[in-house]
Amino acid sequence: MENLNKIRGYKDEFYPPMPTKTTKHLRTNFLVQLYKFFRLNYKIMRIVIKGHS
Amino acid sequence: MDVLVLGAGVSGHTAAAFLKRKLGKKHNVIVVSPGAYYQWIPSNIWVGVGRMTIDNVRFKLARIYRKWGIDFRQAKALSIHPEGDDSSSRGYVTIEYTSADQKGSNENVEYDYLVNATGPKLNFEKTPGLGPGNNTTVSVCSYDHAAHAWEELQKVIEKLKRGEKQKIVIGTGHAMATCQGAAFEYAMNISFELRKQKLLHLAEITWLTNEYEVGDFGMGGAFIKRGGYVTSTKIFAESVLAENNINWIKRAGVQKVDQGKIHYETLDGDYKTIEYDFAMLIPAFSGHGIGAFDRKGNDITSRLFAGNGLMLVDADYQTRPFEEWTIQDWPTTYQNPNYDNIYAAGIAFAPPHSISKPMKSRNGTDIFPTPPRTGMPSGVIGKVVAQNIAHRIRHQTDEHKHTASMGRMGAACIISVGYGIRKGMGATMTVSPIVQDWEKYPQWGRDLNATVGEIGLAGHWIKLFLHYMFLHKAKGYPFWWLLPE
Ligand SMILES: Cc1cc2nc3c(=O)[nH]c(=O)nc-3n(C[C@H](O)[C@H](O)[C@H](O)COP(=O)(O)OP(=O)(O)OC[C@H]3O[C@@H](n4cnc5c(N)ncnc54)[C@H](O)[C@@H]3O)c2cc1C
Repeated sequence: MENLNKIRGYKDEFYPPMPTKTTKHLRTNFLVQLYKFFRLNYKIMRIVIKGHS
Repeated sequence: MDVLVLGAGVSGHTAAAFLKRKLGKKHNVIVVSPGAYYQWIPSNIWVGVGRMTIDNVRFKLARIYRKWGIDFRQAKALSIHPEGDDSSSRGYVTIEYTSADQKGSNENVEYDYLVNATGPKLNFEKTPGLGPGNNTTVSVCSYDHAAHAWEELQKVIEKLKRGEKQKIVIGTGHAMATCQGAAFEYAMNISFELRKQKLLHLAEITWLTNEYEVGDFGMGGAFIKRGGYVTSTKIFAESVLAENNINWIKRAGVQKVDQGKIHYETLDGDYKTIEYDFAMLIPAFSGHGIGAFDRKGNDITSRLFAGNGLMLVDADYQTRPFEEWTIQDWPTTYQNPNYDNIYAAGIAFAPPHSISKPMKSRNGTDIFPTPPRTGMPSGVIGKVVAQNIAHRIRHQTDEHKHTASMGRMGAACIISVGYGIRKGMGATMTVSPIVQDWEKYPQWGRDLNATVGEIGLAGHWIKLFLHYMFLHKAKGYPFWWLLPE
């Protein structure tokens, strides 16, 4: 089996930050995402309303 | 009074809806647009991966306009005559019908106020060999293009299932193309679908872009708070690409496409080629080549339109170096400087300059994105133009009560993959303002509290929610006017 990371080494795609298991879990955790859903909607609404007069 | 709106896309449809609501039966609102349908363009991405059908993203305009009392003509504008002609001094637009029953016939439609919201011409011709029907490259810029892209993608999936490796290239198809967000979202969706079918290891997906850095998105990138740092969207976008097994080539201006080969020039001045089995590249955008003529029939196109065919408005078009650009260069009322009853909304207005820093290759080729004007600003501009025209008509004044500048407005870009409440994923980016305001925000150019980058199910829910919300609004269902642009 090829070691993908060894092949990628020294290429651009080797260096960016990658999500940990916890980060991936939080991305699909219903309660966390429900909170983020309202928070992001609030942020979006704020920029729509603030943006024009 | 007659208000004529050219184009029934995000901006024109919003303008027409608000004009009719504000002006009522006393005044006429006329919409001229060549397609029979309204389309919610952002969801074309889902059509392009077979998650939605074209009927999920479009509806017929005639029925809605009949209900609202708007006079709809399925036609395209050919020329604008702002001073009228020998027989009348009222301005008019010459249109050519595209509907089956009147196809090809012309008419002059008079107006008191004109809104040009014709969006972009998908200028595939600027890149030889690019575009649907040419060398197997596809597009997702309209619902029919997206449906065709899905047909072609299925062929690739079949080959992958047979164990054949496939090269997929997604990105910008011209050295100065914009709309990177849409192409980026399509790349993510392809990766997601292939991963789900356990085929990703056989596909080599490449993001090919004219951005100086990945994550520039035509707005000079942005800074967001993440993990205890203020981080550039370059890091954010690279991380998303790497996680989804997508390689990238940046600072690349595509020049020509042959069967299976994309030729591009880099900022370093090198000429390179990348092979593909499936490619979706966003074309250059321009205006629609609508001409303008004075009373005597002399060509006055340059009084209405910039060289790229987009309409001149109240922007500061004086050429200045990047370092001297300010948000004051950007328009606020979208009124044409030469004819005060003509406005441009959405992508149809000519921006004063790019937002990203202009870059030239060693060979002198411009390779950088032109400024994006996404759905949110296009809708807001349409609404503000409608409010100002309605105010001018009702109060017989020249005052503009409402303004909207890209140096004040924000934008949200949601890159969403998959479909369903538990099965999708979304990368949400909001920026405010769209054009960096280095005077107000000297450190990062934008309001860090309003600029976010988040990955998770929530973004996917928002995109789904927006799909239904915007179609609800566009169809004029109850309380549509309360919904934001
Ligand atoms: C695939 C894709 C995905 C996108 N995703 C997002 C997203 O997620 N979020 C976001 O904010 N933005 C997104 N955008 C950008 C968004 O779609 C545009 O910003 C928006 O459609 C611009 O609105 P507009 O009214 O200026 O132009 P359009 O929506 O293109 O409308 C132009 C209208 O003018 C009509 N017209 C053309 N020529 C003529 C003529 N000669 N006479 C009369 N009418 C004419 C056209 O038929 C059309 O009805 C996406 C774009 C694409 C291509």
